[in-house]
Amino acid sequence: MEIPYTVKPRPDTGLYNAKVGIWLFLASEVMLFGALFSAYILLRVGAPAGTWSHGLLNVPLGTTNTLVLITSSITVVMAWVSLKMNQFGKFRIYQGITLLCAITFVGIKSVEYHDKFTHYQILKTDGTYVDGHMVEKTADHVTLNGFEAKELIEINEPKHGEHHEHKHITVPTSEIKKIGNYGPAHNTYTAIYFTLTGLHALHVIGGAIVICFLWLRGGKMWKTDPARLTNRVEVSGLFWHFVDLVWIFLFPILYLL
Amino acid sequence: MSDHSNHDVSKDIRGYLIVFGALIIGTILTVWASTIHFGKEGSNTANIVVALVIAGTKAFLVAGYFMHLISEKKMIYSILAFTGFFFAGLMYLTVWSMDPNSIVHFK
Repeated sequence: MEIPYTVKPRPDTGLYNAKVGIWLFLASEVMLFGALFSAYILLRVGAPAGTWSHGLLNVPLGTTNTLVLITSSITVVMAWVSLKMNQFGKFRIYQGITLLCAITFVGIKSVEYHDKFTHYQILKTDGTYVDGHMVEKTADHVTLNGFEAKELIEINEPKHGEHHEHKHITVPTSEIKKIGNYGPAHNTYTAIYFTLTGLHALHVIGGAIVICFLWLRGGKMWKTDPARLTNRVEVSGLFWHFVDLVWIFLFPILYLL
Repeated sequence: MSDHSNHDVSKDIRGYLIVFGALIIGTILTVWASTIHFGKEGSNTANIVVALVIAGTKAFLVAGYFMHLISEKKMIYSILAFTGFFFAGLMYLTVWSMDPNSIVHFK
């Protein structure tokens, strides 16, 4: 069975079907991320003083990832332009760069995630805290490379320009009341951080798989039905731009504010 | 745009590159603005507004030019009008729920 209106615009909408389809899908995506942004606002405003983490994330890495996604957005649009101008070779080059950007983005995100899963916080029996990266864990003691704090607010809301001096701190197991890493279960900030960035990363991976498929298998369709391939690239590009658009908001709210 | 002629898209390349440059500048501006404290001492409301205005401008550039929304068909605008309505409603409910006067106390 032939799929109708893959190239020719449908008379009543004036658009080929896939384009209407992707915009309807993106509309649902706006509501999905909108609901999560709403959850972010409610959690942040409702967080008791000193419990919302500030300055926890690596801003240079976040900025690099923002620039990587912006670069991938221009290469996606240039790939589509190349097909419109009958330059299949250029399409391959631009989408190749897009895929490299996608791999770089996910790679940087993995580094950031790894950093959070190896970052621990210890609540001692005397009510003070030790915060830092895991160095050693035995049955008798835990050693972190970090700093000590009397109150949680010292960790979550460091004063502007303040930098804690990091050193190896060994805490005997008998003095540990609670220990945990900065994974999603650590606090509401890390919970919404992992939810938002995890869902976004899944979108990056999904988009990259589609772009990779068209990049590898597009040559065959280009010979038989170039207009249809061009439309497919446009539709995958619209999804990719949406992923970039979501990150444009995620970056400041999670990394900078 | 699927109905653009080859001539049209080749003319658009310069515009895409300008938008790309603007997005890079916008990103640098976002990071720079976050290092400055705007507004009253102890309140970061002004910083949130500045960050969201820059993010909104960048989003407009991506949606308007890379996604071609500034010259789309009516059908797409209709879909987005519905989305905008429900998104605005969602955000209104979010903000409304934080208003202490909106809380109903049961005796």
